[in-house]
Amino acid sequence: MATPLEELGHDALAQKGWLGAYKWLIARRIAQVAIIGLFLLGPLGGVWILKGNLSSSLLLDTVPMVEPITFLQMLAAGAAGITTTTIIGVLIVAVFYALVGGRAYCAWVCPVNMVTDAAAWLRRKLGIKSTSKIPDWARWWMLGAVIVLAMATGSLAYELVNPVSMTHRGLIYGMGAGWAVIVAVFAYDLLIAKHGWCGHLCPMGALYSAIGSYSVVRMRSDNRAACDDCMECFEVCPEPRILPAALKQGQKQGLPPAVLSGLCTNCGRCADICSKDVFAFGLVLPRERMAGPSREGAGRAEDETLKQAP
Amino acid sequence: MAAKTVNRRRFLTTMARTACGVSLFALGLGFYARGSKALPPEYIRPPGALEEEKFLSACTRCGICVRDCPYDILKLAELGRDNAATGTPYFHARSGACEMCEDIPCIPNCPTGALDHSLTDINKARMGLAVVIDQENCIAFQGLRCEVCYNVCPLRGKALSLDYQPNKRSGRHALFIPVVHSDACTGCGLCERACILEREAIKVLPIRLAKGELGHHYRFGWKEKAKHGGALVTPDKEHHFNLPKGVEYDYSTGRIYVKNKPAAPNAPQAAKPKGGAASILNRGIQEAK
Repeated sequence: MATPLEELGHDALAQKGWLGAYKWLIARRIAQVAIIGLFLLGPLGGVWILKGNLSSSLLLDTVPMVEPITFLQMLAAGAAGITTTTIIGVLIVAVFYALVGGRAYCAWVCPVNMVTDAAAWLRRKLGIKSTSKIPDWARWWMLGAVIVLAMATGSLAYELVNPVSMTHRGLIYGMGAGWAVIVAVFAYDLLIAKHGWCGHLCPMGALYSAIGSYSVVRMRSDNRAACDDCMECFEVCPEPRILPAALKQGQKQGLPPAVLSGLCTNCGRCADICSKDVFAFGLVLPRERMAGPSREGAGRAEDETLKQAP
Repeated sequence: MAAKTVNRRRFLTTMARTACGVSLFALGLGFYARGSKALPPEYIRPPGALEEEKFLSACTRCGICVRDCPYDILKLAELGRDNAATGTPYFHARSGACEMCEDIPCIPNCPTGALDHSLTDINKARMGLAVVIDQENCIAFQGLRCEVCYNVCPLRGKALSLDYQPNKRSGRHALFIPVVHSDACTGCGLCERACILEREAIKVLPIRLAKGELGHHYRFGWKEKAKHGGALVTPDKEHHFNLPKGVEYDYSTGRIYVKNKPAAPNAPQAAKPKGGAASILNRGIQEAK
């Protein structure tokens, strides 16, 4: 039986206590702030652990890291200036996220996550239900547009407005009018579309979900038999469409007990909010993934729930 | 069957709406990107920066060069505040010029080739070109001694030299005119920063604005001749003035001589005519008038 919105999270809080009901959320906020902090530690404190910003950076003055969407745009814009360092940097980032979950970037690193989470929270508090219906595959078109634009203009055109790099760069080097872009994303998520930016449009999220399609670190649902259909995880999940395949719906179809979609951001909100402890982080090795029904089956499970939803 | 049609219709509508939205976004951003391709002339890229067009596709806007500049002159352009492409590094010579560090620390950590890693000699950097652009206000042109730009130039004498010219106003002094040489000027902007005027008379400009370009077909005869070691087309022919028989023009003295009879300086016959040799050469023109 679905929990009413105003009682969202009450059960988890009663069952697991404050820390238990918010541990992943707290850990993520610490990670997000710490990453910005590490970038600022150099210029402010003279301790150079991370230099640069998320677009590309230097760890301990030796390890290069390059943002995949920046690299993709460089390729599309004519591949000028791609060096061995650039390729090593993008490989380090891509391999890391291919293992821990591509969109773990979205939930644990991206500074815009704090903005859109705040919008989602306020949306729940204010009881705003109306949402514009934007297909969640629009992000793939956005990614296509980003690449086409780089080809057409011969420059990293999307980086002129990319809210993610702009927010992060702004926090570290100076924002200018970049705050207006942040406010726009917040207002869009709050008033126009639920999870509108991160869950539907952001091309970086699309690229990271592709990178992490077969990642190993996953939200497992081994305890899914305990699920009592309270639906609270659907309310807090930034990509609720991907949950049914891991829950009873997937169990019926013989799917592995884990969220296998690349869209999962590994944010852990489902684990926090669940009073029955259905979810827990774990590993999904390729062997287990292969043992389950084909990917097509997984897709069908998602679609069927969508039909049942209204 | 009916349900299927509705589904298809809804599917097509969603597709069309998404296509519309994404295209609008792309169109707007495309025009914006085209607009922000031109770097304002007062903005200077760090040393070793690729030409602007390529720079905008190679720079990741990470700001590592900003961090590595020991003099903190570099800045990343901010949205709406600076006119350069958002996030790209630049400096303003008037407020903080490139100090031309020998080891060029801003380059080696650049994760891409946006800053050319093969540039190891800062004297070979070409960030722009200094131009003594306001000769009305530069006080050297008024005959006053200044030479500040000359004295701060890291390549003093090579990139910036002083040209002595007569001071026509006083009739007895010299002007010490600063002259920039494009074969040595790195565009560091130290001269621009040091200029003592309220607003600088010497400015570093992008090379595309500062320099002209000769027609590609152009050849200077004397240079070609020197390169070749002699005339390339027909043998040089000595120029002959149309002089009366037995009279010759001497190039070295600019005088006219009667052949085989070098004129004594005071000889009335061959004396330098009033108005110089030219008056003889122009003989007839005045009469015709």
